[in-house]
Amino acid sequence: MFETLVLILDSTVRLSTPLLLACLAGLYSERAGVVDIGLEGKMLGAAFGAGAVAYVTANAWLGLLAGIGVSVALGLLHGFASISNRGNQIVSGVAINFLAAGLTALLGQSWFRQGGRTPALPEGGRFRDVVWPFAEQLRDIPVIGPLYSELLSGHNILVYVGFLAVPLTWWVLFRTRFGLRLRAVGENPAAVDTAGISVTWLRYRAVIACGILCGFAGAYLSIAQGAGFGVNMTAGKGFIALAALIFAKWRPANAMFACLLFGFLDAVSIRMQGQEVPGIGEIPVQFFQALPYILTVILLAGFIGKAVPPKAAGIPYLKERS
Amino acid sequence: MSAGQLPRWVDYGLIPFLNLAAAFLVSGLVVVLIGENPLDAVRILIWGSLGYGEGIGFTLFYATNFIFTGLAVAVAFHAGLFNIGGEGQAYVGGLGVTFACLALDHIVPWYVTLPFAIIGSALMGAAWAFIPAWLQATRGSHVVITTIMFNFIASSLMVYLLNSALKKPGSMQPETRTFEMGGRLPFLNDIFPSFGFGYAPVNLSLFVALVACVLVWLLIWRTKLGFEIRSFGANATAAVYAGISPVRTIVITMLISGGLAGMMAINEIMGSQHRLLIDFVAGYGFVGIAVALMGRAHPVGIVLAAILFGMLYQGGAELSFEMPNITRDMIIVIQGLVILFAGALEHMFRPAIAGLFMPSRAQAKEA
Repeated sequence: MFETLVLILDSTVRLSTPLLLACLAGLYSERAGVVDIGLEGKMLGAAFGAGAVAYVTANAWLGLLAGIGVSVALGLLHGFASISNRGNQIVSGVAINFLAAGLTALLGQSWFRQGGRTPALPEGGRFRDVVWPFAEQLRDIPVIGPLYSELLSGHNILVYVGFLAVPLTWWVLFRTRFGLRLRAVGENPAAVDTAGISVTWLRYRAVIACGILCGFAGAYLSIAQGAGFGVNMTAGKGFIALAALIFAKWRPANAMFACLLFGFLDAVSIRMQGQEVPGIGEIPVQFFQALPYILTVILLAGFIGKAVPPKAAGIPYLKERS
Repeated sequence: MSAGQLPRWVDYGLIPFLNLAAAFLVSGLVVVLIGENPLDAVRILIWGSLGYGEGIGFTLFYATNFIFTGLAVAVAFHAGLFNIGGEGQAYVGGLGVTFACLALDHIVPWYVTLPFAIIGSALMGAAWAFIPAWLQATRGSHVVITTIMFNFIASSLMVYLLNSALKKPGSMQPETRTFEMGGRLPFLNDIFPSFGFGYAPVNLSLFVALVACVLVWLLIWRTKLGFEIRSFGANATAAVYAGISPVRTIVITMLISGGLAGMMAINEIMGSQHRLLIDFVAGYGFVGIAVALMGRAHPVGIVLAAILFGMLYQGGAELSFEMPNITRDMIIVIQGLVILFAGALEHMFRPAIAGLFMPSRAQAKEA
């Protein structure tokens, strides 16, 4: 029983990481007042960029950089449309999702001719699991042993990056001048403007930060968790991250717990497939798949606290009437 | 730069045209990037979609789907709402069509089943839009987010239903039994053999879609409710001040929108597949966003945009045969570019055009 639990928690950590990275990405963007439903597309673009470059160069780090590059480029496109041109942020996000879904499959097929997938990564093209010191020796100690050697040790480096990004994001947003201004620009951009700080430049920095984190999330899927890019491999994870962001009420620590919860549901649903629950019978796997969305809707309905978005989210800032 | 400073033909003709031209220009660049000739690609695309009867038939078949989902998005636009949930509403709408067909197909002919199928699909689609609408109206939770969530919930629900209650007994496929003749709409090829639509699945629901266009036009521009919807969309605060109930307007608009999206299932399920199956919506709900943006949320524009996207879908299929390098994913890229240029970047060319048309005013502003 305990071993099963550790195994479920272990896969929870693995499944939560891409959600967490994407969720924190959305946090930067939305806290600055730029709604981003293009998380999915940016992750997908990054997964493709990372997979393609890691395959060609056999270097996971270059792959990661390429993933970040693609994701930041899509983020800047979102910024150009929604900050500079004051376009509708939702429409722009939808466009980015389509562009990423189409271009990755199209270019993947045209470059590698494997139905849109990138070929299996060569040695060195993938982030390997990091084994912590003494993980093997401590394995047999009851309780602490499995927790240390299974749960803490033995993940790839991006998992640790994801969980370290939580305190880092908190520190940046709530303890630095940049973070204060970033949050202010999401609540009351006119006040920030009056203080002589550029709203446009702040929001651009927010979408760049969002792009970088989405780059990590996408690279995690294709060159850390998986061994290559597959068509539409994000499969809605960007939207689950968005749901987690709302669920977390736009706070970094809550974001981590929300992503762990959604990752846990995913892990349980894989585990429960075809298994009977005593007294209830077999729970359909689709129920677990739908649960993150159902929970988010219930939260949005205001039945478990109230999720209040940043005040200026979704509203383009108009400096002067012309 | 606000609307109304430029001649109407610039606002409704030139600027949308420039936006579209930009979208297709970038699409051409993508084709060049893949290493094919974009002009050849356009030639194949147009021939494949309009060059012969069967191609036209397929184009019109896809266009029927896009008219429904485009109208759905457009109606919501008029109330200032963004219904991104057409995908899920159409999917659940399939349930309504299926219930009507499964219940009636062996008793009555298709023209008796059709009204029930229309009502069923509209009701189910509207029902799927109701909770997001009600939450937006009374709890202030954003309809964009909730409709996205409902798309995913719909997908899980339908997979579950098709794997349990609705599955044909003894079959491994997650789909219902095939409908009898009473649950199948006639193909246009059987009604008008002279057009030579061949094996194209274009069917009577094309006319249902066109009737829906007229009704939407009447609703939005010729009824009290339409006036309320447009007022609410133009300025919600003023509309509420004028005595228009926000809850009622939001909920009714979203119900109509969801109903229209649900009716897409008539074309796909009763018109072509003759059974309910997994993922029959296949992204058509999302295409509705591009169609509504391109058609400027007006029924006439939506019909034109739907035909253009129908051409892209049918011509794109042909293109992937002729140029295997350009897979059908190219359509999704073009769709993304249309949404980007006609939607998010719609004002990009405006300042430059305004400078061209009203140099005096532009100078006055600079001075």
